[in-house]
Amino acid sequence: MVDVRYDLAFKLYPYARVAAQDMPMQRLPVVVVGGGPIGMATALDLGRKGTPVLVLDDHEGVGQGSRAICFSKRTLEIADRLGAGQAMLDKGVVWNVGKVFHGPDRVFEFNLQPEAGHKMPAFINLQQPHFEKFLVDEIRVAQAQGAPIEIRGQNAVTGVAPQDDCVVLDVSTPEGPYQIAADWVVACDGARSPLRNMLGLSFDGRVFEDNFLIADVKMTAAFPTERWFWFEPPFKGSGQSALLHKQPDDIWRIDFQLGWNIDRQVELDPTRIGERVDAMLGEGAEYELAWTSIYTFQCRRMKEFRHGRVIFAGDSAHQVSPFGARGANSGIQDADNLAWKLDFIVKGLAPESLLDSYSAERAHGADENILNSTRATDFLTPKSDMSKIFRNAVLDLARQHEFARPMVNSGRLSVPCVYDGMPLNGPDELDGPDITRVGAPCIDAPLDRGYLLDRLPGQFTVLAFNCAVPEIDAVEGVPLTHVALRMTEHDPTGALAQRYLGTQPRALYLIRPDQHVAARWPDTDIDALAAAVKTAIGKGA
Amino acid sequence: MTLNLTPNIPDPDGFYDALLAAHEGLEKEQSDAFNARLILVLCNHIGDRDVLRQALEAAKAP
Ligand SMILES: Cc1cc2nc3c(=O)[nH]c(=O)nc-3n(C[C@H](O)[C@H](O)[C@H](O)COP(=O)(O)OP(=O)(O)OC[C@H]3O[C@@H](n4cnc5c(N)ncnc54)[C@H](O)[C@@H]3O)c2cc1C
Repeated sequence: MVDVRYDLAFKLYPYARVAAQDMPMQRLPVVVVGGGPIGMATALDLGRKGTPVLVLDDHEGVGQGSRAICFSKRTLEIADRLGAGQAMLDKGVVWNVGKVFHGPDRVFEFNLQPEAGHKMPAFINLQQPHFEKFLVDEIRVAQAQGAPIEIRGQNAVTGVAPQDDCVVLDVSTPEGPYQIAADWVVACDGARSPLRNMLGLSFDGRVFEDNFLIADVKMTAAFPTERWFWFEPPFKGSGQSALLHKQPDDIWRIDFQLGWNIDRQVELDPTRIGERVDAMLGEGAEYELAWTSIYTFQCRRMKEFRHGRVIFAGDSAHQVSPFGARGANSGIQDADNLAWKLDFIVKGLAPESLLDSYSAERAHGADENILNSTRATDFLTPKSDMSKIFRNAVLDLARQHEFARPMVNSGRLSVPCVYDGMPLNGPDELDGPDITRVGAPCIDAPLDRGYLLDRLPGQFTVLAFNCAVPEIDAVEGVPLTHVALRMTEHDPTGALAQRYLGTQPRALYLIRPDQHVAARWPDTDIDALAAAVKTAIGKGA
Repeated sequence: MTLNLTPNIPDPDGFYDALLAAHEGLEKEQSDAFNARLILVLCNHIGDRDVLRQALEAAKAP
């Protein structure tokens, strides 16, 4: 039997009996446990690289709860590399104007004029079920093109037994149990991770004593596409803060911070929710409740994301508060970081220890996210009298004075993590721009045709700006793609030179498959390049 | 930059007077809020994180 824990928004992979259920134990290179956004992104990336991957999910599709709504540029860039970016962009809502209120008064308004010269916007709002569906849709496209990806719905993992050379999984289905042996297991089974629990691994951090009521409402009346945020909202019983934000299909996300001592059942009563929403939207606003939920949150992470042959990614490895939209966004970066490393190991191109760099790099990312969301929480819910005095002083000053506005923290939007000082990093010998330093994800820029990131589709790439491409096609069996760009020819706006050269006349960059900068130099140097590739695949001295 | 901890305000008595005058007639709560705003305004003017760090240090009880 397999428990149904949530209703589906889209039924995408109904249970179907497979031959493996009647045969001796199947042995597979990679099994992904959990078909949420992170599991699906990992599978899509691996499958597109040609590494066979099986996804086991205990449901038959995407859950109905809307949860994540805000997806960042880096997430869209990664999804675009995987083929799903355009669908997300077409469906998602792009917004730029935000208004901040304190009580009944408007404190200030901002317009996030996005920086020009990127294919993807700074972020879009899109309901999580759509985000997940687009990934699964793309998996179907990849499968049709021959990518070795398989999804088995209503296959719940109920046991995990690590062996020396594999991991044995117990799988439960509506037609009884079976077992699978996997060389590598990627645990993408969410914040409550059954795999983490079965392995007895800890998940420590801070629980915030607060409850948030989310209501997704469908409104037909015109309402601006803006983000409205209230500190100490003036509407009756709305708690410490409130948020109103637009999603596709005329759905609006409303978020009320209710405090700790509440009765969940009472608060979830639709009449009661209706009263709150009425108070916020004003008399006579017409809407329907599309989805409601109450949640509390935690900021915590596992100490290590790799435990032998079991690797944790997404919420199973780390959890943050929703302020700043970092959960799914950081999980997608986990997938981006992990897939190429696993692919190399399965293909025998890199040592297994390369996976330790996944843990180091992504734990660094998780710490950054936890720090940011903890800071936002402390601003939203001041923990002492004095922190409240300062918080309100910032809000008071922000009405008149520009300088105080950057201190107003209602959640910082997710920005990608830079892997500063990490073991896979090679030399940074270019006196170049900080934003593209070694460890940073490549910053997009328009070319004469298309965008720079379109040219970095997931292999090690040598990017030569105004200099010769070194004549070397592979290092240690790892193929190198070459991209040579001349600013006179390929840089119509000057953004490319500004982002990659700064004041330098030329540069050579080594880019990892996840589009992070592995090393850079002021000119072509084959030996240095070969050494940097070795370092970046975990074969450094 | 190093935090200046030597006398730097011309007419110290006059300045002190102005500081107290700004609080005159305020309730405790209003005074606290005023102080917080003043600190933020001054910190922004200084801007230099290193100087601010030294100032936070210097303001701790000796
Ligand atoms: C209210 C709210 C708002 C949020 N807003 C944002 C936002 O704006 N932006 C953002 O980036 N993030 C946001 N998040 C966070 C985001 O929803 C999560 O980070 C994201 O869903 C994590 O994805 P995941 O794939 O790691 O886990 P999940 O989405 O939890 O997926 C886990 C999957 O594993 C399956 N599974 C579990 N156990 C088993 C098992 N034993 N066998 C097989 N399958 C199993 C589950 O059924 C599920 O399909 C928000 C979260 C909440 C609660």
